[in-house]
Amino acid sequence: MEKFTVHTGRAVPLRRSNVDTDQIIPAVWLKMVSRTGFDEGLFSVWREDPSFVLNDPAYAGASILVAGPDFGTGSSREHAVWALQQYGFRVVIAPRFGDIFRNNSTKMGLLPVILDEKIVEELQAAAEQDPTTEITVDLEAREVRCGELVASFDLDDYTRWRLMEGLDDIGLTLRHADDITSFEASRPAWLPVTQ
Amino acid sequence: MGRTLAEKVYDAHVVRRVEGEPDLLYIDLHLVHEVTSPQAFDGLRMTGRKVRRPDLTIATEDHNVPTLNIDQPIADPVSRTQVETLRKNASEFGVRLHPMGDRGQGIVHVIGPQLGLTQPGMTVVCGDSHTSTHGAFGALAHGIGTSEVEHVLATQTLPQIKPKMMAVTVDGRLPAGVTAKDLILAIIAEIGTGGGQGHIIEYRGEAIRGLSMEGRMTVCNMSIEAGARAGLIAPDETTFAYLKGRDHAPQGAEWDKAVEYWKTLKTDDDAVFDKEVVIDASTLAPFVTWGTNPGQGAPLSAVVPTPEDFTDPAERQAAERALEYMGLEAGTPLREVKVDTVFVGSCTNGRIEDLRAVAEVLKGRKVADGLRALIVPGSVKVKIQAEEEGLHEVFTAAGAEWREAGCSMCLAMNPDKLVAGERSASTSNRNFEGRQGKGGRTHLVSPAVAAATAVKGRLAAPADL
Repeated sequence: MEKFTVHTGRAVPLRRSNVDTDQIIPAVWLKMVSRTGFDEGLFSVWREDPSFVLNDPAYAGASILVAGPDFGTGSSREHAVWALQQYGFRVVIAPRFGDIFRNNSTKMGLLPVILDEKIVEELQAAAEQDPTTEITVDLEAREVRCGELVASFDLDDYTRWRLMEGLDDIGLTLRHADDITSFEASRPAWLPVTQ
Repeated sequence: MGRTLAEKVYDAHVVRRVEGEPDLLYIDLHLVHEVTSPQAFDGLRMTGRKVRRPDLTIATEDHNVPTLNIDQPIADPVSRTQVETLRKNASEFGVRLHPMGDRGQGIVHVIGPQLGLTQPGMTVVCGDSHTSTHGAFGALAHGIGTSEVEHVLATQTLPQIKPKMMAVTVDGRLPAGVTAKDLILAIIAEIGTGGGQGHIIEYRGEAIRGLSMEGRMTVCNMSIEAGARAGLIAPDETTFAYLKGRDHAPQGAEWDKAVEYWKTLKTDDDAVFDKEVVIDASTLAPFVTWGTNPGQGAPLSAVVPTPEDFTDPAERQAAERALEYMGLEAGTPLREVKVDTVFVGSCTNGRIEDLRAVAEVLKGRKVADGLRALIVPGSVKVKIQAEEEGLHEVFTAAGAEWREAGCSMCLAMNPDKLVAGERSASTSNRNFEGRQGKGGRTHLVSPAVAAATAVKGRLAAPADL
């Protein structure tokens, strides 16, 4: 996946809470067996409303989504992450995330940033007042900067390193294939097999 | 210091632990379905990798399958391609598959327990957020995304950062007419859709111990709706009795050894939870949702809330938006809300006990004029058992439709959908906007409330009939 160190871009303010993954990408889009073509499905029902923020030309080309609490709740569909990335987002900032969505994001290199609700609102207000406002998300410093505002965020060292290096997990895990094999030798005999 | 049940299961699966890195956790059972797996199998092909343990992997077709005319090819070409892709992948990678029409087919979270593949103390994953269902057996079970599906296929492990521990203790007994579904809806309304984020929930207390395995599965199933990826319940005699004799349960001396171990799977008295919530079961009543997230619920006896009732601005705004979407007026008694469709089924409430609860209410009664009632068994085996018990005759005599097994109207990936503006009472797990069909309006309810609602044509409990 693409490395992430520092990203500067314009932001889309999405003033909604509990944006579940069914809204991010409705189920009809999940029937595809490819990994591409999900950008069209991003918020596809909400985008039918001309007043929906993504339809505002002022936000065209923005790459940071600033949403309300509990973004990405619900279904485990990673298609939600693919849709956001393929549409052009590299970062989602919110006060809280659904656990599975957040995890899926870090697997794909979409950076989920948790900031206090107050700071998220300040960022939304800044993007609303002036859609050309730029936000910098610095993963190395674990910091979000916007004008005078500087806010630090938490992310564990390992995930940060993996995102900065653009490494995928499977290759890393397979370095420990011997550990897996010895663990397998110790599993109790009563455990079920499917075949 | 003592450990919680979840910590015991977690610790027993650590393949590798190094300071500053996530733990590598072994996965005992990987459930696969057609929606979240095609890109994962593609990934294996592109990197020349194999499925490490096909013998710990099982696949079924559930999300897309129609519930009528299943002897015909799937009419929707996109759904058909997805199902055919799973068949191709299962055959190429040597994974056992229960296809449409097979006696073992059904919703992924119904077939695992039914086959006895889900057992206490195991780690279970699936590319589906309702994998938490399997926690009912004292297993550590959670939903994963497609990248992680590929990871488990390739390595049979997952890198994990140990979640925090949360206890939801339900003291006392559930009053008559109050079910596991009412309980979990009330818990979600209490702690909110983010209440369990970052945590594994252990459900404990007298009311939890009093639940059947089906009831426990309903509760654990909706852990994700409270924000927790996993929820679990300590195994006990109820669990062992359910498992004994199932196809993949241990047998003979292995059974005894397994039970001996399973009995150690409980939270130590001196274990510490990061978060604790206590609920008094005796105060609970039939519960329904009025909004567009599962935390927006209230007792059936309540009225539709007013947005001004909420002090938190985000909650108030969410309530305003939800009422508008749901076409509801604040202050309307929930019992006066008219319903067009009743859906009984899903991994939350598509098991035999759920169907029996519905039959008990529908027996000798009729579905209200103009109302569509859809009853979809969670698996082919559930369907066969229901028919052996004659439940299907009760359903059809009442005017309900008795369908084939699958996820169906829970998420409307097959032809079973609501149309815009149509209102359902549904035993499924999500009342999100458009979840059951674009523009559809969903009220989450228990099987008993669903059945009573089907008769009345308005949200109702069996006691109202």
